[in-house]
Amino acid sequence: MIVKIIMLLLVLFLIVCALGAGFTKNLLVSIVIFMSYSLVMSIIWMFLSAPDLAITEAAVGAGVTSVLFFATLRRINAIDARDRKEEKHEPGKE
Amino acid sequence: MSRVRSDYEKSFRARFRRYISGEEELKDVDYMPLFEKQIADERAEDEKATEHYLVPPIKDPQEDARLYAEYSGIKWFRRLYQVMAVVLCVAICGVLIYNIAFMPGFGSADSPMNNGVSERYLEKGEEETGVTNIVTGLIISYRGFDTFGETHVLFIATIAVMILLKLRKDEKPVVAEGEEEGGDIILTTIARVLVPMIFLFGFYVLVNGHLSPGGGFSGGAVMGAGLILYSASFGFTKTAKFFNEKIYDIIKVGSLLLYSMLIGYNLFTGANGIASVVPLGRAGEILSAGLILPINILVGLEVACTMYAFYALFRKGAI
Repeated sequence: MIVKIIMLLLVLFLIVCALGAGFTKNLLVSIVIFMSYSLVMSIIWMFLSAPDLAITEAAVGAGVTSVLFFATLRRINAIDARDRKEEKHEPGKE
Repeated sequence: MSRVRSDYEKSFRARFRRYISGEEELKDVDYMPLFEKQIADERAEDEKATEHYLVPPIKDPQEDARLYAEYSGIKWFRRLYQVMAVVLCVAICGVLIYNIAFMPGFGSADSPMNNGVSERYLEKGEEETGVTNIVTGLIISYRGFDTFGETHVLFIATIAVMILLKLRKDEKPVVAEGEEEGGDIILTTIARVLVPMIFLFGFYVLVNGHLSPGGGFSGGAVMGAGLILYSASFGFTKTAKFFNEKIYDIIKVGSLLLYSMLIGYNLFTGANGIASVVPLGRAGEILSAGLILPINILVGLEVACTMYAFYALFRKGAI
């Protein structure tokens, strides 16, 4: 019974994450949501007694894929450009 | 983050502050005309700048008609495209959901998955391949040919990414200055603790592939993720001390060749009914299950190299 409730919560979280990753405007936020989706998916694999898949999903889905996405965003200058400019700005010097 | 405006000293607020602290008398100035003049100036400037962008109207009626037809066609196409995209999406969703209704229930006994094949694997798998984790025995031994092809797919994928992203010798790396060396204190401190553990866990999963859940692909992915974490936190030059392109080439090609030889031997003996010279050993020990252990390690090295190569090529265009 308790397992069923936990599974239900996880699947609900999964659906919310899937919708959120698609509908978010900010690409960075979208990738983070996608990461959490993979993490929850790996827990669900564990519940479905497929630990092999759980390990692979956690390493590939939550780890490497997201890192590759981040690297791509950095490469096409979709993140960080504005934040770094504001960091360098020192008040009172102008 | 607050910004200081360049004209802060002249602004009303600065003057008010000085007045409060007694540095300056507040003059009774009407500020509005000042701004109106500025706005008018800016508008005139804008108009002057965009003057020559204005396109003279088209006089030729034929040309006019042609343009109208073309643009109205595009408009029509766009509208149809949007409608068709939504309709297609909804239709595919509907078909898939409709099909799910005919699938056998999860874990039901009479589903086509529960035929004699899986039963035989579960019953005879440990005896025939010497593994306690049947999944690995299935992947490496019974379905060894599939895994062989998958590993080659990984190899070819890395080569394709290399062709696309690798820099020529005269090209400069894309990594910005100061960014390459990592050095973020939070990342470095955490990585110092985590990286050895990740490597140890990856190696454990790799070597214990035939005994516990895991195997070549999982362990290799974990080790590749550890390698990526290391190079992200300590920089590429530090990583190059123990993992440069030469070592990468040797590991990648060497492990694939060795793997091909081992699986070739496995397939040859299996197809001809010849007993393998590698003993199966007692199930449950590390050194057992014949060729599955070395094949697992080789597949893991291959996968770890692929993961790291993707990351390095994306970041700086070289390994």
